[in-house]
Amino acid sequence: MTKKLKLQEAVSGSKLLLDTVQHHGVDTIFGYPGGAVLPLYDAIYSHPINHILTRHEQGALHAAEGYAKRTGKPGVVIVTSGPGATNAITGIADAMGDSVPLIVITGQVGTPGIGKDAFQEADMLGITMPITKYNYQVRDTKDLPRVINEAFHIATTGRKGPVVIDLPKDIQAAVVTEINDPFINLPSYQPHTEPNMWQMNHMFKALSTAKKPLILVGGGVNYAKTSHELIALAEKHKIPVVASLLGLGAMPLNHPLFFGFAGMHGAYAANMALVETDFLLSIGCRFDDRLATNPADFAPNAKIAHIDIDPAEIGKIIHTDYPIVADAKKALTKMLELDFTFANTDKWRAELEDYRALHPLTYNRTEQTEIKPQRVVELVGKITDGEAIIVTDVGQHQMWAAQFYPFKEERQLITSGSLGTMGFGIPAAIGAKLADPAKQVVLFVGDGGFQMTSEELAILKVYGIDIKIIIMNNMSLGMVRQWQENFYENRHSESVFVENLQPDFVMLANAYHMDAVKLDNPLTIEQDLRDFLSHDGAILADIVISPTEHVLPMIPPGNSNSEMLGVE
Amino acid sequence: MRRILTAKVLNTAGVLNRFTGMLSRRQTNIESISVGPTEVEHISRITIVIDVNTLNEVEIVVKQLNRMVDVLRVRDITDLPHLEREVVLIRIHAPAKLRSEIFTIIQPFRASVIDVAEKTITIQSTGTTQKIEALIRSVHPYGIKKLARTGVTGFTREKEGK
Repeated sequence: MTKKLKLQEAVSGSKLLLDTVQHHGVDTIFGYPGGAVLPLYDAIYSHPINHILTRHEQGALHAAEGYAKRTGKPGVVIVTSGPGATNAITGIADAMGDSVPLIVITGQVGTPGIGKDAFQEADMLGITMPITKYNYQVRDTKDLPRVINEAFHIATTGRKGPVVIDLPKDIQAAVVTEINDPFINLPSYQPHTEPNMWQMNHMFKALSTAKKPLILVGGGVNYAKTSHELIALAEKHKIPVVASLLGLGAMPLNHPLFFGFAGMHGAYAANMALVETDFLLSIGCRFDDRLATNPADFAPNAKIAHIDIDPAEIGKIIHTDYPIVADAKKALTKMLELDFTFANTDKWRAELEDYRALHPLTYNRTEQTEIKPQRVVELVGKITDGEAIIVTDVGQHQMWAAQFYPFKEERQLITSGSLGTMGFGIPAAIGAKLADPAKQVVLFVGDGGFQMTSEELAILKVYGIDIKIIIMNNMSLGMVRQWQENFYENRHSESVFVENLQPDFVMLANAYHMDAVKLDNPLTIEQDLRDFLSHDGAILADIVISPTEHVLPMIPPGNSNSEMLGVE
Repeated sequence: MRRILTAKVLNTAGVLNRFTGMLSRRQTNIESISVGPTEVEHISRITIVIDVNTLNEVEIVVKQLNRMVDVLRVRDITDLPHLEREVVLIRIHAPAKLRSEIFTIIQPFRASVIDVAEKTITIQSTGTTQKIEALIRSVHPYGIKKLARTGVTGFTREKEGK
């Protein structure tokens, strides 16, 4: 028999939901109303919780992701049933891929209509099953507090991720005077976060004797907010560090022990470190194919230790010699307590420093006739002194931002890693700015991805959101074009936009009541960017960049980390 | 290779869907699956037989199933001492003059006749997959009209001296 709790006053399911969500420390909800969430929106009307009305449900999802990626707190989204809910799918899948905590409340037709093809009905439990950490459909208003408590617990513990709560309209509207036991009841969900100390000692002893040790960090280190412990460990034992895309920021780019971004478009030194290391300690990194481009030949000379909060990641791609299931912060803290005398790494570090000095990430810096995109990123890095939150969309500009921005702190780069979602940028930048209003937010976006979610420009003025938007405009889908040029004999199939028929992005921004400039002069670009970045309020720069530039170096897919094209 | 997994799961709506969804996403072929309640209320046991190419594959499948919110525990019991049984119902073409011959053939399988009609009989048998398949082969020449199998269910043997 379930325990019941009497309420002080009769409340609707909608108010119960908002109160419970607010109780979890949520101050902002992203959403879009519709028929099946009218009762919920009626409750929002008189509720103190803050609601951001995006212009498309996909925008609400990515904004919530930007918010969650910056803060670590779950982003909360409300969308209506049917098309509202299906529009949310891309964002839910993106959050699943990058382990982003989200609570997505999807309206549903009233319980009598479910399963009968009612107007705006879609089977959201079925659709979201493979792209959520868990999902619920609430069938009794009295269960709402427990379901929301559980959803927050699941979304924010262990390996984080999105939880969908499908909420029929009649459940929102029903008024109750008592609720069922609101405490979480998840006997089968017990994420393991404490490292096994025997295994840890065993691993650390082996690491201490390595001649060429290397730490590889992924998103898990950023998500665990454990940059401080990581740097302390690397410094204590003089161990070089490299990062995956989502691991960037965990160690400052200018740190002498940091050898950069590894993987398909990573730095020469970082990739060679992976090839030559004799002991690889990976923390919170899942060996994605953009990093471990050839799993069979990945870190071929190394014993591999893998610390991950998700046991299912260990051994999934790369054979692991020392598996450790743990939260990155807990594991790093324990490692700092262990006392082992480490082998001298001077020679190894000198070797990597040579690689870094001889083959830095580079581009044609003397080019005067066109604006090099790498230069734009470098200049933004210089002008913002590496202090801005950098948000990107997906494509070439994303890689240039990863390569050339001097990241200084954890959670500074907000990007769609796993799913690689074009259209992520604008709404994610909005969410990041709302999460951290004191920080400058700079968005790099391509002219392709910009057009996927440009409708969200409409809300910048409405909510006073000050973001700096840089369109890296090469009149093409640059990454597609680059692959076509490398692997499809230059056949530009549907990857180049019709010249002179692209929208006028400056006029478009003006139409959304925001300022905008077009920058196309390579000789004045530095001053132009200074003016742009010191502008008061949101502004867009349409920067005409080289239309032929490639992201280099590049490891062709399936090749080993040593087989980089374009290394000078 | 054939692997038999057992799982204890919370008996929630959609749990079987989640469970098999994970396997289909990995393109793991399910040979049989059976589900039923256990001695504990709200907990069901799933017994699943899958065909995989490598042990590494089954290890990953077990890990990915184990991390699901509704799953209490999944184990690969193939290499552990275990019990497994399935039930088969077979309707065989059986004219009167062949019936005694059929009875003799199925007797070593300890199959029982559970329904008799004018031209057919229906038999039932319980056993391991191997035994069930041997029985099917034995009665096949008479003409099988209908066949239904439950799929394997099972669990590990209790350790001796416990």
